[in-house]
Amino acid sequence: MSQQSNWPLWEVFVRSSRGLSHVHAGSLHAPDHEMAVRNARDLYTRRNEGVSLWVVKSTDIISSDPDEKDSFFESPQGKDYRHATYYKASEGVKHL
Amino acid sequence: MKHDELDAALDSFGDALASATRVTPGNALRPEDIAVDGVAPSEEVAQYALTLGDDALILAQRLAHWISRAPELEEDVALGNIALDILGHARSFLTYAGLAWGKTEDDLAYWREEEEFTSLWIVEQPNGHFGVTIIRQLIVSVFQHLIYQQLTTSQDETLAAIAAKAVKEVDYHRDHAIQWTIRLGQGTEESAEKMRHALEILWPYVDEMFRDEAVHQNLDSIAVRPSTLREAWQEEISAVLAQAGLQIPATGQAMAFGRRGEHSEHLGYLLAEMQVLARKHPGASW
Repeated sequence: MSQQSNWPLWEVFVRSSRGLSHVHAGSLHAPDHEMAVRNARDLYTRRNEGVSLWVVKSTDIISSDPDEKDSFFESPQGKDYRHATYYKASEGVKHL
Repeated sequence: MKHDELDAALDSFGDALASATRVTPGNALRPEDIAVDGVAPSEEVAQYALTLGDDALILAQRLAHWISRAPELEEDVALGNIALDILGHARSFLTYAGLAWGKTEDDLAYWREEEEFTSLWIVEQPNGHFGVTIIRQLIVSVFQHLIYQQLTTSQDETLAAIAAKAVKEVDYHRDHAIQWTIRLGQGTEESAEKMRHALEILWPYVDEMFRDEAVHQNLDSIAVRPSTLREAWQEEISAVLAQAGLQIPATGQAMAFGRRGEHSEHLGYLLAEMQVLARKHPGASW
């Protein structure tokens, strides 16, 4: 290989069985989306890992900014009432 | 036989049947199943199974040479996968054929001479550049797909079972070759030129694939007569080439008789490399 690949990078999502959601499995290079699905099949489903594949161009994914972690993710802290365990079961309620 | 019973039966064979590919999830037919459970085929069926096994074995050996050499890492894995699929088909066919002669898949793969191989010339042709390998895959996988499709209804249950597994895999090999043919044919001037070059050097081996030989006689509703596949093959290949902006070259046809053990100058070198380890250390296992 005389030069570095200039194929775009793709993110691969695999659904392991019906009813479950697609989970990020990794990334790969491919010239276009059709080849990306095929490459994903070869790289990420060789051992019966999945029944469905998604590929997304990495550049099409907008991610949260790691530097803004505090304002993004720490707001729920101290808000126990957002969890079901915060509440006491009422007397006489069955099947809870 | 259930899988746990089969595994117990396999254990009694010791290392002779142990294999890194033993553990296959699901109920797909394994060469080991055939070795233990299989009913020996007639001489005629065995000879036929041998031709399919030899095609697969030689092509797998050729393709495996791409591992670590493909243009991209992703393609390396793709070609490696395809090579392993095809090697699996070879193992099943050779194991089945061998039952007729008291031989194992390894006996047939490693201890036969060049003139005893019945493979087609196209599968032994050198890899060339990537375009040559892709055109060879296009030609062969469309051909194999047609054979296996038809073989799934063979009256021979083992051949039908091997074909049922192989046809799904070859369907993907065919798709892989088609995708690349279209992209390289419509790619740059250089990639299109290389695809034209590949077609010119491989097309002479097309006629041989569709020639009915003695081995195909007397096997009605068991084997597939190659001559019956030509039309469907030509139609599919023509459609792909048209989409890729490529044309069938006007080349003559080689005098190729691989089915009768007459091979091109390339097979000897391939066998020397493939067989050297088994012959240098007979009976070795790992």
